[in-house]
Parts: sequence; structure tokens; C-alpha cells
Amino acid sequence: MAEVLVLAELNPAAGGPRKTTLEALTAARALGEPSAVVIGAPGTAAGIKDTLAEYGAAKVYVAESEDVDAYLVAPKAEVLAQLVADKQPAAVVIPSSPEGKEIAGRLAIKTGSGFLTDVTEIAADGTATQVAFAGATIVHSQVTVGTPIYTLRGNSVTPEPAPAAAAEETVPVAISEAAKQTRVVDRVVEQKSNRPELTEASIVVSGGRGVASAENFSVIEGLADSLGAAVGASRAAVDSGFYPHSFQVGQTGKTVSPQLYIAVGISGAIQHRAGMQTSKTIVAVNKDPEAPIFELADFGVVGDLNTVVPAATEQITARK
Amino acid sequence: MNIVVLVKQVPDSGSERKLDPSDNTVARATADNVINEMDEYAIEEALTVKEAQGGEVTVLTVGPDTATDAIRKALSMGADKAVHVSDPAIHGACAPQTSAIIAAALSQLDYDLVLCGAESTDGQVSVMPALLSERLGVPHLSGARKLTVEGTTAKVERQTDGGFWAIEAQLPAIVSTWDTINEPRYPSFKGIMAAKKKPVETKTLADLGIDPGTVGLATATSKVLEFAGRPPKGEGVKVVDEGDGAEKLVGYLAAQKIV
Repeated sequence: MAEVLVLAELNPAAGGPRKTTLEALTAARALGEPSAVVIGAPGTAAGIKDTLAEYGAAKVYVAESEDVDAYLVAPKAEVLAQLVADKQPAAVVIPSSPEGKEIAGRLAIKTGSGFLTDVTEIAADGTATQVAFAGATIVHSQVTVGTPIYTLRGNSVTPEPAPAAAAEETVPVAISEAAKQTRVVDRVVEQKSNRPELTEASIVVSGGRGVASAENFSVIEGLADSLGAAVGASRAAVDSGFYPHSFQVGQTGKTVSPQLYIAVGISGAIQHRAGMQTSKTIVAVNKDPEAPIFELADFGVVGDLNTVVPAATEQITARK
Repeated sequence: MNIVVLVKQVPDSGSERKLDPSDNTVARATADNVINEMDEYAIEEALTVKEAQGGEVTVLTVGPDTATDAIRKALSMGADKAVHVSDPAIHGACAPQTSAIIAAALSQLDYDLVLCGAESTDGQVSVMPALLSERLGVPHLSGARKLTVEGTTAKVERQTDGGFWAIEAQLPAIVSTWDTINEPRYPSFKGIMAAKKKPVETKTLADLGIDPGTVGLATATSKVLEFAGRPPKGEGVKVVDEGDGAEKLVGYLAAQKIV
């Protein structure tokens, strides 16, 4: 069976692979037998091998070096390019984070291949599905040159266990000077959160201009916490200073595709839709019955978010 | 300090955007075209660096003849001059091909810093600076929310979830910027008038030494096979809160087995 390389995305805080890695392993199985590639500082692979085995990694290539952590992106692309040259895989699948996309692009140039970003599905014949123009258009595309490289959008594929051997193979790492040009000097965490990561969360509760103040975002956070959800914000809310930019959903922010998206006090401009239109179920709370968000919503409540949302939070908590 | 800002003209994301069914490329000719919003932040940052350190800001774009509107916008904000790569053979080029064109154009310019937006609103592929870094062997500092140039070192705060990474590299370097980095200025009337007299150099693939047969739709490294509109969503349920809105909302979530 053809080998497919899957780049593992790590979650140092949780000590495991990100859910996106398990999604990528699952999607890769359409094309062949997945081999996980773990690139990180020494010791990275030890804690995550079992999970990679559970989700179908026949092999695990382990490339560990201080250099891959000390420099930005380029070393990882170099390791992956070496593996593509050595193993001649049928394809490479990479989680579609900002770093994943950069790696995919560099790998494409290094290997003379085409690539497709933010795919939501990969078919056995190598064609992939992408959504374009704020989710309004669905596109089927294909790489026509070299080793196809895909970046898989988070939450597009449901991870399915398929136990495999995860036979470990150590990859020697020798990073070139050319890949050591951008140094990572420090990694700074400004907001510690126990909530799930926005693009990985199965439920997202977002607030918009209607929330009216930064303080009042506690209403959004309260509902999110009752559901175990991530918190998002519309651009209007971010531009008004209600919530930090890293939580922005939509154009110039994050694209999310959760099982449930709850839009609170968000009118639903096209720029916001761009980031949430592919959510499976959409619920909206807005006092304006004409708000365009209701066109997208499976369930909408026309009402004051300041009464509806706290009451809903209370009822959800009471049901537990 | 010579700074090149990469600018792209894109269909306005607020208007209806389409693919052209004749060849599955973005329908640019019929679109309401504007400068890519994120590029305005890169232009602003370039002007800020120039104002502090002196030098010249050059705008570089690849696109059809109509892309001159995006160039004029950049020049009216305060950029000094522009290079516009335009050639019918480029139509339908994929990202790796486009990066070869931009890399060739950059190689004909003298630059210390290349600035660009972190993504365009049309393709949203957001890899161009990484591709250029790979082709040119110039470091890429990606996703900047803050840029400082000290001597020959570029220092960037790379925006991450819940914080940032401090990254740095020696010039020349490519820096891609988010919209958190600054607040772009509006062109002044004086700026708009001055832009009309600023030099715009047009280059073809031949001027860049690129064989037209290596770029464009026919030889692209990926292609769109087919596309369709998203199937319309079934009519949703909308209730008006009469004191029972929360109850109905929770009832819906319960019916969906979410709570």
C-alpha cells in the first residue's frame, strides 16, 4: 500500500498530538497507509507515539533536534523534504495551521510539487474539496505536478481510531544554515485559558458588537463554559476592543467549522460568514429580526442577549 | 532602507465573488476589484519604517492591467514608486508559479525589507511570503503584529493563539503582517494627486527572463476540476423571545443532543 506522510502537530501544553493530527491521519487513509512524522525538540515523540498508533500510523518517523525548535518553520520543511526524497510517498498531509501552511508551501518549492491548502476532504483518487469565497463556493481540485501536498482544515474530518504498529524510525537531522535564518527568541503566553482551542473546538460561542462592552463578554464566556466551548468574537467586537484579535472569527481572523456555532449579538456580515459558514449547526441570538445571521441559522432567537443568554446558561448548567 | 511592499488586487469580499466557469479561475474581469485589505497594513508599516529610517518604498504587484487601481491606492498612501508585472500568459498561474514571478521581479530590485499582508481575501492560501523565502533564500518573519528594525536586524512579534513568539532575522528579510500591527492611514487629497505622477514600471515575463510556457493555467501545479455553489440551507427555525427564548434555545440544543 502506498505510504502517505502525515506531519504531526503537537500540543506541548497537553503533552500530546493536536486533534488536527488525528484528523490528518484519518484523512490520509483515503490515499494509502499513513506514516506520522514527528519533528520537534528531543523527547517530543516519546509521549505521543501511542496516540499516533491508535489513529493508524503504521510508522512514526522521529526527527528530534534543538534546531527545529530554535528556528522558525524552515527546519521542519527541510526535514520533511528529505523524507519525501527518501521515502517517495504518494502524498503528504499537514494540519492547516498557519505554520502547517508555511511548511506545505516550502515543501512544495523544495520538491517541485503542487499543493492544496485548507482542504476539507481528500478522496481516494487524490482530488480534494475546498471551500472558497466565504464558504459560498465548493471546489474540487487536484495537484497535477510532483508529490501532492495537502493541508487539512481543522474539524473537517472526524478522527477515527484504526490501530496500527507505529514502528519507530529515527531520522537523522542536519539542518542547513539556510534554514536557520529566523531565530525564535522567546515564546510568550499572554492569555492562559482552560477553554478548547478555537479552531479545534466542537462548540464555539461568539460575541459581536451587540455584546456592547469588554466586561459584558463574561456573558459569552459563561455560556461557552457551560457547554465546554471555545469563545470567539466578530471583527466588530475585536475592533471595538471587547475581545483580543486572536479570537476573531472571519476574514482576517480564524476559520472555524465546529459541530455547533452560537452567534450572539453578531449581525452576520459576509466577512464573519467567511469564518463560520461551514459549521454543522448554527444558532443565533440577536435583537434585530432582520439580521443576516438568521439566514444561516438553524435556530434563531430574536431577543435581548443580556436576558436570553444568561438564562440559557443557567438552564444548561442545571441540566448537568 | 529600501522596502518593497507586495500588493494584490482582489475581488471585493463584500461583493459577489465567482469563479469563471470557462476555465475555473477567479472571475477577476467582472468583479468589483479592490486592493487586498491586509496589504494596506503592510503599506502602512513600510511607510512607518521609512519615516523613521529614511529610504524608499516600492510597490510590487502581479496582475492584469486593471491592477493599476491597487497600485494607485498604495502610491496615494505614500509609497514612492511601483512595479507592475502584467502578462497575458500569467492568467491561471498557481501559487508556486506566481512565487517564481514575484521572486524574479524582487531579484531585479534592491531591497532590505519585503513586506506583505499575511493573507489575501480571495484565495486565502496565505503562503506567498513562505514561497518567496524558499525561492530567494531570504528569511521570513511571519504573522507579525509588531515589527522593529534595529540596524540590520528585523525583530517581529509573531502572533500566536494566546500570545506571541519573539522572532528575529538579519536583513534582507520578508515580513508578513496581520491587521493588528497598525492602523493604515487614509490617502490625503495631496497624496492622491501626487500618486498620479509617481513612476509605475510595467514588466512582462520576458523582462523578468521567465519562459511564458512555465507559468499559467496550462502548466499550473494544481487545478480546479469543478466547482458548485453551496447547496442552500434548509429554512431554520426563528423564535421571538417572550420570556421563553432561553427555554426554547436550550430545548433545541437538547433535541440536537448537545446538552
